[in-house]
Parts: sequence; C-alpha cells; structure tokens
Amino acid sequence: MATPLPTLKSRPLTLTYEIPISKTHKFWNGIKEGKIYTTKCKKCGKLSFPPVADCPTCLSSDAEWVELSNEAEIETFTYVAILPATFQKYEPYTIAIGKLKEGVRVLAWLKDVKLENTKVGMRVRLLPKVTSEGMLTMEFLPV
Amino acid sequence: MRKVAIIGVGNSKFGARQDVNLAELAFEAVKPAYGDAGITGKDIPFVALGSAGGWYEETLPAVVTAEYCGLTGAGLVHCEAACASGSAAFATAYLDVASGHNDVAIAIGVEKMREVDGPTILELIGRAGYYFWEFHNFGITFPAYYALHATAHMAKYGTTQEDLALVSVKNHKYAAMNPVAHFQREITVKDALESAVIAWPLKLYDCCPITDGASAVILASEEKVKEFKIDTPVWVAGLGYASGTANLTNRENYVGLTAARAAASRAFREAGVSPHDIEVATAHDCFTIAEIMAYEDIGFCKKGEGAKLIREGQTEVGGKIPVNVDGGLKAKGHPIGATGCSMMYELTRQLREEAEKRQRQVPLKKYLALAHNIGGTGHYGYVTILRR
Repeated sequence: MATPLPTLKSRPLTLTYEIPISKTHKFWNGIKEGKIYTTKCKKCGKLSFPPVADCPTCLSSDAEWVELSNEAEIETFTYVAILPATFQKYEPYTIAIGKLKEGVRVLAWLKDVKLENTKVGMRVRLLPKVTSEGMLTMEFLPV
Repeated sequence: MRKVAIIGVGNSKFGARQDVNLAELAFEAVKPAYGDAGITGKDIPFVALGSAGGWYEETLPAVVTAEYCGLTGAGLVHCEAACASGSAAFATAYLDVASGHNDVAIAIGVEKMREVDGPTILELIGRAGYYFWEFHNFGITFPAYYALHATAHMAKYGTTQEDLALVSVKNHKYAAMNPVAHFQREITVKDALESAVIAWPLKLYDCCPITDGASAVILASEEKVKEFKIDTPVWVAGLGYASGTANLTNRENYVGLTAARAAASRAFREAGVSPHDIEVATAHDCFTIAEIMAYEDIGFCKKGEGAKLIREGQTEVGGKIPVNVDGGLKAKGHPIGATGCSMMYELTRQLREEAEKRQRQVPLKKYLALAHNIGGTGHYGYVTILRR
C-alpha cells in the first residue's frame, strides 16, 4: 500500500431527524397492543400497506384503520451479511418480503429460520414486536 | 423539438481518487470534453450537474464545480435521480437545447464517494429507498435490495449464482481493456463464486465497487454542429424516463423493473427503432442480477431469458448485442452521479469507432446505441438511444 495522500478532516456533524407520526400513530400504537393496523380508503376501498392518511389512488383523506391478519407467504428474501453503520451492533439478519392474505406486502426481518431452510413460497406469521431497545417493529416467524 | 447532438465528451479516471476533491475531479472530465468539442466554457450557456451527494462535504456541487471549470454565469441546475443522476442531468441539458432555449449545454456527472467509511456509505445508500418504512427498523442495504430481486428471479426463472458470476467475469474482462476503469484485472467464475457473501445470494464480485469519478457531455443544436465544424456528431435519437414506487412492497413483483420497461418503450417509440436494431448498449449493472434484468426489461430477450443471453456469450463483442463492453458499473466503477454521463461517453466513443483497445470496439452497421441507467432499485429509470 502506498502512503495515504494528505487530507483535511471536515468538522464532524451528527444529524437526528424528528419524524412526525401523528397521521400513522394508530400503526405505531398498535404494535404496543400486539396488533398490526393499516389503512383502508373509505372512498375507493383501497387497502394500503404501509398505512397512508391520504389515498394516492383517489386522493381522499377519509381513511379507516383496519387490523391485518398475520398470515403471509414469502415472496423473496436476502441474508444481509455486511451491515450499514447504524446496524453494526446487530448480528447479520434476513430481510423478507411477505404477501399477506389480504393482498398487501410487508418488508420485515425473518427470524428463527436458517438461510438454507428459507424458501420463496414458504408460509410465515407476521408479528408486531417491541424490541429490547424499545423500538416499535414487526417480524416474520415460521408457522 | 429540434435535433440535438453530442459534440464533446470527457471522462476522468475512475477509482479511489484521494488525490482530488469534487471540483478537481469534475475538471478532469470537463476539460477533455471542451477539447473534444473544440470549444470552452464561454460557449456554454447552460450546465446540468448530476450528483447524488451526501457523502462529500459540499452541499452545492453544481456551484463549486461550475466555478472551478470556468462555467460561472451559465444557467445552473443540480439534478438528483440517485444512481441515474447523470442521465437526469443529460436529459435536462438535452431538453434545454431541444426546446430551443439554448444552443449549447453541458451535462456533468460527478461523485466523490470515498471520503466517508464503508459502513457509512452502505448506510447512506441503504437509506435511498424509503428510510421510514424500509431502513429505520430493517437496515436494508443496496446490495440487499438487489438481492431480493436475485432471489425472486432465481426462484421464478431458474437463474443461478453461476449466471450472475458470468456477468461479473464479462465486465471485468472489458474493464481490463478500458483505461478509465476502476478495476484493470480479469476474474474467473471461481473467484466470483468463492467471494464473501454481502447480501445472499449476492457476493462481493456481484457488487459494483465504491468509486470516485466524473464524466461530461456537451450537447448542441444542428446549427452549432455546423458552426463548430463537428465532424462526427452523435445524435440523441430517443429518450425515455419513468419511475417506480419508493416502497419496494408496493411493487407487483421482483423479477424486473417497471420504470426501466416504461423508459425503454418510450425511448424506442421516440427513436422509431426496436431492441433488435441496437448494436451496443450500456446497462445498469450495479449488481450482476441488474444486468440480467436489464436485458429483459430493454427487450434484448424475453422475460426470464436473460441468463440464457449471458450463458451463450451474446452480450460480448461479436455477440448479438454487446452490453457493458466498457466494464460496466461492476468493473469500470459506479460513481453514482457520474454513471449516466459516463455511459454517454462510452457510447459516443463506440459510435465514433474510437474505443480503445480495439478488441472492445463493437462492429457497427446501423450505428445505434442504447444507455439504460437506473436510479435506486428502479425508483428512477432512464433509457437513451443514440445514433451516429
């Protein structure tokens, strides 16, 4: 390796964003209650996931909250071995996209299944989860 | 809309460029583009700069670059379309001239990606989907986004990890012949298959490197082509752009990119040609699976038959449709905002029959080339058709 070329270190900057969730609070609160809620447009009937306060199809802002089933089928997955900066403290994880029986798709971690046993088309359950750090999330688990 | 030609191109050396800052790197592409066209910054009233940014210190890359390259005073815009930012800048410069608003314009693509560490760049690119729903809790990375497509494509069409490795082997082979490429060495299928898993099924050699680089393209009207006495203008024959959902979960399937298909169809309609007329192409191979999906989305083969094209060697020089014979993003490197302009640099040189070395010059009859440039995971799609 050649000697590194000279550089000047910039002033460090740490950024944290305060993200509004007032329009999706039912979803986030639902996780604490052990439920996964999403929105259904009262005007055109479109079921959305992720939940949306405003319907991108008919532009109505009149949405109702409905509870989703936990029955899903894996459409695709990947085992993430090299992790981004803010996930360095975690073990490698599997990310999957599952299609729920209601027809909407969800992206989440798939837990408790080895990579060699993970298959497209396998049936899984989608469960809400409050992590040990207090993060509100959800995960797929084998049936 | 009037006819617009590419009259000058330039490309910096791609690689780990700790010797230059953003503007100095852009200069290495802009100055040769001036020389190629036989003009200077004073002849250029409009600048579109493509750069995704966030990993280098400047917030206004267009302004610092324009000043450094002698373009201050020109109309200036910074274009962002993630990994297709260079094509967005090219399209913006093209439209400025095609509309008649200006007679000459320059598109500059530049990215300085190696001023932050590896996990940070993986984080910043991973956030380029939908931070709120897909990154915040799940830490998805860019290799992981394309790995989701690879898994789906393998399950549906029987594409294999060996097929993916063949894309990498081909692109490394041509990069080794391209003086501006980041990697200058060939690899074997074994090297690729035995490399470390990044996001299964994608391994190190399925992924493009983190690259610094710049590229520039000067566009002009037909009158200016005559006035500047340009001997080999390369004409923009068709341009298409489209988009896909931010949430991957709002897509119908993971075996292709809707934005790419829509952009290609628009570009072909505008150019009045079909995929079989194209003689050389650059496709957005940020990951090997992306090149296989590109063959299908552009229409070089039917959906699901992409792997067959690479197995048969049809995308090599001498094959049915040579793709990424500059090394592609995989081995030439992918300085995000520079890639779109660098595709135009390569195709312009191919159409002028100037590719070096000669083994990577594609034989031409119709003189038609196509650039397929994707931003994000099909969040943005740009397809451009060029004709000499």
